[in-house]
Amino acid sequence: MGLTGLAIFKQLPKTNCKDCGQPTCLAFAMQLASGKAALDQCPHVSDAAKEALDSASAPPIALVKIGKGEKEVALGNETVLFRHEKRFEYPTGIAIAVKDTDGDIASKVAGINKLVFDRVGQIHSVNLVAVVNASGDGAKFAEAAKTVQANTEFPLVLVSEDPAAMGSALEAAGANNPLICGANAANLEAMVELAKKYDAPLVVKGNGLEELESLVEKAGYKKLFLDSGAREVNKVLADQTQIRRQALKKFRPFGYPTITFADNTDPIQAVVDASVYIAKYAGIVVVDSADPADLLPLITLRLNIYTDPQKPIAVESKLYEIGTPGPDSPVFVTTNFSLTYFNVQGDVESGRINGYILPVDTDGISVMTGWAAGKFTPEKITEMLNTSGVADKVSHRKVVIPGGVAVLSGKLHELSGWEVLVGPRESGGIPSFIKQRWGA
Amino acid sequence: MAVTIAKEKWTSKVGEMELGTGAKAIKVGGETSLPFLHFEGEIPNRPVLALEVWDMEPTEWPDILKKPFDGVLADPVAWAKKNVEYGADLIAIRFMSAHPDFKDASPEECAATAKAVADAVDVPLVLIGCGIDEKDAAVMEKVGEALNGKQCLIGCATEKNYKTITAAAMVNGHSVIASSPLDINLAKQLNILMTEMNLPTNRIAIDPLVGALGYGIEYAYSIMERARMGALMGDKMLAMPVICFVGQEAWKAKEAKSPDEETPEWGALDKRAILWEVVTTTSFALAGGSIFILRHPETIKHVNTHFAKVMESNAY
Ligand code: B12
Ligand code: SF4
Repeated sequence: MGLTGLAIFKQLPKTNCKDCGQPTCLAFAMQLASGKAALDQCPHVSDAAKEALDSASAPPIALVKIGKGEKEVALGNETVLFRHEKRFEYPTGIAIAVKDTDGDIASKVAGINKLVFDRVGQIHSVNLVAVVNASGDGAKFAEAAKTVQANTEFPLVLVSEDPAAMGSALEAAGANNPLICGANAANLEAMVELAKKYDAPLVVKGNGLEELESLVEKAGYKKLFLDSGAREVNKVLADQTQIRRQALKKFRPFGYPTITFADNTDPIQAVVDASVYIAKYAGIVVVDSADPADLLPLITLRLNIYTDPQKPIAVESKLYEIGTPGPDSPVFVTTNFSLTYFNVQGDVESGRINGYILPVDTDGISVMTGWAAGKFTPEKITEMLNTSGVADKVSHRKVVIPGGVAVLSGKLHELSGWEVLVGPRESGGIPSFIKQRWGA
Repeated sequence: MAVTIAKEKWTSKVGEMELGTGAKAIKVGGETSLPFLHFEGEIPNRPVLALEVWDMEPTEWPDILKKPFDGVLADPVAWAKKNVEYGADLIAIRFMSAHPDFKDASPEECAATAKAVADAVDVPLVLIGCGIDEKDAAVMEKVGEALNGKQCLIGCATEKNYKTITAAAMVNGHSVIASSPLDINLAKQLNILMTEMNLPTNRIAIDPLVGALGYGIEYAYSIMERARMGALMGDKMLAMPVICFVGQEAWKAKEAKSPDEETPEWGALDKRAILWEVVTTTSFALAGGSIFILRHPETIKHVNTHFAKVMESNAY
């Protein structure tokens, strides 16, 4: 990344042997520069050249993984400061803390496993369980880690600054690539030792950015998460911003994902602090609460901040059946913006209505935006009524449109011949609307 | 290798707006840095919070929102006083009764309500119409006149009605809310039109028509970040404080309304609803919002606690 074809060419053997499938080394270099080829396609590069090219082409923030298998969490690899420049790629991992002094650890973990939310047709959940060595006791910590491991599929973050305790916890739960949290100035060597032994990622915590930088250099290990030591939201915000800015400038010691702790003693402020960390660059945020009311806003914010700014999430424009609709069931028209469609779907379902939904293709924009942009028109709705097959499914000819676009009804009736019922402005009103107005 | 703190060298600042008069007057804007990054510039004023007052009883509000205003929802003056008790920096009066679908109240009636509220409280006022462009222009003309000299923030001015509202603000010493739908160029365009009428740039607040958390927050968030960067890089037509109508959006969200029985997997409504308004607000503040129009007093409390913290220096 960022290397010109010519700079890459200088490192190649320049024999034009064609083993890479390209006619010349220069042609291969150009392919590499544009990301269309990978360095290992040339069997002849020297190790020295490989290293030079690898580190120069490495992303500004390393991609570091925690856990294994389906619930593996990968973080880092971001390339911008602001989401309008380019999509943020690897959504902040949300870790819920469990203390080794907590009463019933298994049931707390069962609660964490249930922090799964269905939003715009996708499943979103927390990602990690952080086991905290609050007791200071190594055996207790290992026991807790073992219990958590046995009760969840989420990868673990093991939180202790005592290498002996960490050693015991890793013996109990080190096989699944947990995040070791972690190393500081006092225990660096021992913690790096453990990380290497288990080939696991490691948090390095500095007392401020300066110390963090020197510890990272000293660690000589590449699977790292950074912790600047700050815990107050104003300072964390500054440090997170610095780490991201410097990483993007290719200041290598800060080229790793970060971990933050929203441990504010005021539970509402803890959620607010966590929301700041999600918006501003945290790789992982550790929160103490497992209350869904606290997690829903955080998971929603994460989804919003990490959506592609160029492409709204859309659903396929086709006929959807909700419940078990029959020939008398109502037909609802909406747009194919995911958020819009799933609002309508959710409200039709919660009203226990059997019905049909037709999301018109508006390039994934909302009802009012679609109308204002000329993408949610009587013509398009008519076409959808005619081609979706709904006309064969129902015996009536009545269609419900969103209240916000009542102005469409005359033209729509004229074009389609269907009777147009203007529904409520918000889909939440659909159940009572149907009760009052759908007497087919 | 030592760490060199990375500071952006911004060349300009957000304009500073003054609202209200006397001891409770407030200033917003004036930043020379991105939000809460004290290490690279000045942040002279913290963001400010308004609570809404309607001039007719809001019957559709959910119970949790009505409860703190028990007994005052039908009385704008009492409601406004209650808002001051709850710690609102400003009061936002919404002339809902002017809407043709409701009471179609006359501009004179609205002006009388505005006057009564202004006489009862000493915090600055935000005056907002019912959302019908033409009617709002007529209402703001009278209301602006009735509160001449009080340095209110009036609106919402759109591309359709900005002329009347801007004139009303200029004659009576108010500032204007300029609304445009989530588009940085539309916002600039409206600001240009208004400043061409000789309204000073520091008397305009940009309203990007925000959506709530989970309902398009990301669009407004990015527009605000871009606007703030534009302002700091010297674009005078983006160098205005940003106003966010968070209350009206957050309390529309299903997450702020769905009862515990319907969505037990979402946790208790009481907490979730407040958090919806709180997190929408703090996220916009982090993107550059300065004036927030809210609905629940609990939100004021929590957001102020957060603002107090992020207004503490983080200089290196
Ligand atoms: C986010 C947003 C955008 C985003 C689009 C995001 C997207 N994917 O849709 C962006 C920034 C791209 C955008 C652009 C524009 N926007 Co815009 N945008 C909004 C905003 C803030 C939120 C829209 C949203 O996502 N709502 C949430 C969804 C779920 O709402 P919804 O689709 O309407 O669905 C609800 C109801 O309609 C109803 N419902 C839906 N389907 C059905 C079906 C039935 C049967 C029933 C009964 C009910 C029902 O229930 C749903 C839940 O309550 C609104 C303002 C606001 N705060 O609402 C303006 C708004 C919609 N935009 C507006 C405009 C004018 C535009 C632009 C034309 C501006 C411009 N000139 O560039 C462009 C057009 C874009 C284009 N050319 O493609 C105006 C529309 C004005 C009008 N009344 O015509 C609005 C209302 C802002 C305003 N007040 O001026 N916009
Ligand atoms: S395989 Fe390597 S050496 Fe051979 S042509 Fe390709 S780049 Fe050159």
